This record gives sequence, C-alpha cells and structure tokens, in this order.
Amino acid sequence: MSALDSVGSDEARTLDISLGPQHPSTHGVFRMNVTLEGETVVKLKPVFGYLHRNHEKIAEKNSWLAAMPYTDRLDYICPITNNWAYAFAVEKLAGIEVAERAEYLRVIVGELTRLQNHAAFLGFVLGDMGAWGSALMYAFREREKILDLFESLTGARMMCNYMRFGGCRCDLPPGWIEAALKVVDYFPAFLDEMEALLTGNEILLARLQGVAPLGAARAINGGMSGPVLRASGVDYDIRKVDGYGIYNRFKFRVPRGEVGDCYDRFMLRVIEARESVGILKQAIAGLPGGPIVNPKAKQRGFRPPAGEAYGRIESPKGELGFYLISDGSDRPYRFRIRPPSLINLTLLEELCIGTKIADVMIILGTVDIVLGEVDR
Amino acid sequence: MNIPGSGIFKGLVVTARNFVGSYFEKDRLTTEQYPEERPTLPENARSFPFLVYDGTDPETGMRCVSCKICEKECPPQCIFIVQDRDAAGKAIKRPKVFNIDIAVCMSCQICVEVCPFESIRMDNAYELSAYDRFSSLLLDKSKLLKSNTYYRSIHPTEAAETDGRIEADRLKKEAAAAAKAAAAQKAAAEKAAKAVEAAPELQKPEASA
Repeated sequence: MSALDSVGSDEARTLDISLGPQHPSTHGVFRMNVTLEGETVVKLKPVFGYLHRNHEKIAEKNSWLAAMPYTDRLDYICPITNNWAYAFAVEKLAGIEVAERAEYLRVIVGELTRLQNHAAFLGFVLGDMGAWGSALMYAFREREKILDLFESLTGARMMCNYMRFGGCRCDLPPGWIEAALKVVDYFPAFLDEMEALLTGNEILLARLQGVAPLGAARAINGGMSGPVLRASGVDYDIRKVDGYGIYNRFKFRVPRGEVGDCYDRFMLRVIEARESVGILKQAIAGLPGGPIVNPKAKQRGFRPPAGEAYGRIESPKGELGFYLISDGSDRPYRFRIRPPSLINLTLLEELCIGTKIADVMIILGTVDIVLGEVDR
Repeated sequence: MNIPGSGIFKGLVVTARNFVGSYFEKDRLTTEQYPEERPTLPENARSFPFLVYDGTDPETGMRCVSCKICEKECPPQCIFIVQDRDAAGKAIKRPKVFNIDIAVCMSCQICVEVCPFESIRMDNAYELSAYDRFSSLLLDKSKLLKSNTYYRSIHPTEAAETDGRIEADRLKKEAAAAAKAAAAQKAAAEKAAKAVEAAPELQKPEASA
C-alpha cells in the first residue's frame, strides 16, 4: 500500500502533533499530544511528569520542618503561599496559635505573591498570543520589584522559605514597609498601563472572547478552583468561605466572570490584583507589633500529636491544600498535596476540543499552571 | 473603541511612552547591565552556608563543636561531618571532616536556624559555577571556614546580634563561674570553720587516749 492509497481515509484526515515538552509556550516541561483535523483539535492528551521530584515521599522521610523549603519548589512562581498552606495545615494538625503580627505579615507577603503571580500571568498569556517582548517585559519589571521585596525580607527572590509553625521566620528589615507601600501604590498604575497596552486591542479581543467557555456547573464538577472557577461565575473564594488566617478582618470583593471564556479568565486576574492591592493597604495599615512567631511553637524536633488534618488556602492559582497524617513521630506519616494546577488541568482536553490549534496555547495559558506543582 | 484599530493605537502609545521614557525617566530604565554593573545585595541575601571562626586561626577559633544537628536537619542532606578524636581515641568537640556539597544544597537556611553554637551562617557570594563538580562544588573545611570579620562585613545587623548573644553568654558563664567559685570559697570557709569547731572534739579522744 503506497502513501497515496491512504488519501481520503480516516488516518490521512488527521494529523498528530506533539507540542512540548520544550515548547516555549507550554509553561514548563509539559507535553500535549494533539490530534488535528485541519486546524481543529479533535483530541488532546496531556503528558506530564517530566518534573516529578518525589516531593511527597521526600517530605515523609524528613522532619516536619525540613519539608518547608521543599514546598517553595511546588509552585515556584509563588513560593510564599505554598509555605503558608503547609504551615497552616501543620498548625491545624497540632493546634498551634499563630502570633498576631505574623498573621498580618502572612497576609502582606501572601497578597504580594498574588500580585506578582498575576503580573507574571498577564505577561505569559500575552506572550502566548504573540505579544512577546513588551508585555512580558513590563509585567516582569513589576514582578521584579516584588521579588526584590522578598529578597530583602527573606533572603531569596524565589525560594523564600519564610513561614514557620506558629509564625514567620524573620521580622521586617528597616524601611521594608515603606518600600512595600511604594510598590503597592504603584501597582494599579501598572495594571492601567497593561490594560491600555493590550486589553482594548482588537486582535486580543478576537483571540480571547468566546474561546473555550466553561460553564459554572461543569467547572464545579470538574473540581476547578481559584480564578478559573470564579471566571465561570461561581462565587467561591476560600479567603471568604473559610476566612482562614485573618482574612475576615479585611474588606474585599470577589470578582466573578460571566461565561468563563478565556477573556473572563484573563480579566478576572486583573480585577483580582486590584482587590489584592486593597487588602495589602489595609494589612499594612493595621500591622501590629509583637513577636513574629508563637514562642510555644517548636520548630526543630517538632512532634505533633497523632492525627490528621487538611489545611487549605486560596493560592493565586486556586485551592492549595495539604493533607497531613501524623503518627506522633518526628516526621509526617503521610504528606499529600492538593495542587490547584494539576486539578485545573483536568478539563484541558474538554476546553480545547473544537478549537483551533493556535488557541490551545492561550487556553493553557489562561488556566495558569506551573509544572512544579503539577508534577511535584 | 468605536473606530476599528483604536485599541491597537492606544497600545502603541503605551509602548512609545515606555520607549521614549526610558531615555529620560530613571524609573523606567530598570535593566542592570549585569557583568559590568553589579546589584547591591540586600543584607538578608543568602546563597550557601559557611563556617564562622573567631580570631585569626581557623582551626583554633572554630565555633563548630561537631554536634551534627545541622547534618541531621539538613533537608537535602548535603552536610557530612566526622568528629575529631585525639591520640587516645577520645572524641574532641571539633569536626575532623566538615563537607557541604553545594551542588546539592538548596540554600534553605535551616542549618543556620538550628545551629546552637552560632557556627554556621549564610554567605552571599554568587557566581560559583565551575567545570568540575567535586573539586569546586564539594566544599571542605578549609573552604568553608571564614572569619567573623567577613561575617560582620556581609551581614552587619545579624552579626552584631550574634556577637551580642555570644558576649552575653560569655558574661553569664563568667558570672556563673564566679558565683560557683565564690560558693566554693564560701563552702570551703564554712568547712574550715566547722573543722575549727570540730577540732577540739577531735582532739579530745586523742587527748584521752
């Protein structure tokens, strides 16, 4: 049978393409086996695991404290919220009170993390749409300022290792609050500039609006969380639902999308970042004095009582949870992570089928994943 | 928005403003020309751990007592310590081998937090890439030991705190030693007084004998 004989058969109508794992738009080492009919996607099979590091098993072999720096490497765009989720789960497990000042510090660094995640997201998504260069650089210019704040506070730009059980590791260096306020005050101007740059752009609107809509019911059934879920019109923000930490003391609104298409997912982050600016201003204004860590909490040789706990927070990407089982020893018996990136990825095929191949990258971009968290 | 293309035009205005602005506004010119220009690191910046020694001689001034807490707590287990022994085979409070594999180290600072002897601290040196893994990235004691003066120069606030703590500890120890000496003296004096009191009784049987 020659190649020409298959013309017109099913086999010849479709084309298999392997996107990734080194594709510049796939947000890390992620591969998609796409089957195309013409330009339309008929099948999409995500392949991941390239960045698997055995995080959960390593954490079970190390002490409770030693798992903390590993959590930085989960979602490496926003390490501090990962620290927070783990510390929060351990505090729930062992019933540790958190120092008042540390609660405020956590909100401040946590919301700064949300700002820099959403700034990076805007840059990446616009990059996916072909706006390589300006948009990404403007976003990274802003993100860099926040990373500088993290560096002067925690000593590292990305691998912060900042939270401790019952508090935070170190107090603010002199002048940090002023520097943070400057960044926070400028941030809305950056968002305005970003919106002026591209959100009115007709090409961008054509590429985003109406692409891959996700209904509210399907989003809930698919286990979506975070901005992806809220873009589908579901009012579900763990900061409001659980009010963990001290979030119930702050006034903020939870933005929602209408149709859950790429444009809603994109704009939701912009609005959410604006709300975060409001939370940051309230938290900085209300920052009390006092110790930064509960003096009763033990870090080294920490042995929580036997039991289990699930602690979850609203990370910039969605619901980040840690499920911990303790058998009373100095290391976790079971250490399980519920990563928002992985679970938000489960509906990727459904979103992509029927769209054009060029839209696949944008859909993946607006779901906003980080492979460190997907593979663990 | 009504005129087609106005959104694109608006975006171009932003780009133009940034482009022209970068020549005039310092805030917009954020790029550092890295190898020529160096960033000033914040005081907290950390890269890899090193060992602090007091005075001028690394061997005698070494603060490390080879307690191996850091070795046990290190999350990626990149620290390797062997305790030193004297000629008779008795353990000395000093490491014979102290290796840190900085190819494995993840700069988490947990060794610094758990060290009870203020011995291990974070360096802020960067540009440590090398062609050979074992001779350059597996740091042994001679490469790890750095003076307290160096530590003060890279983390002034933290070093001042540490020095203060060590000084306070030393004073407390001295005071305790002085108190102990005074107590011993007092006890000796009391004992002597008792001996004097008891002396006649002691002498009695002798006299009677």
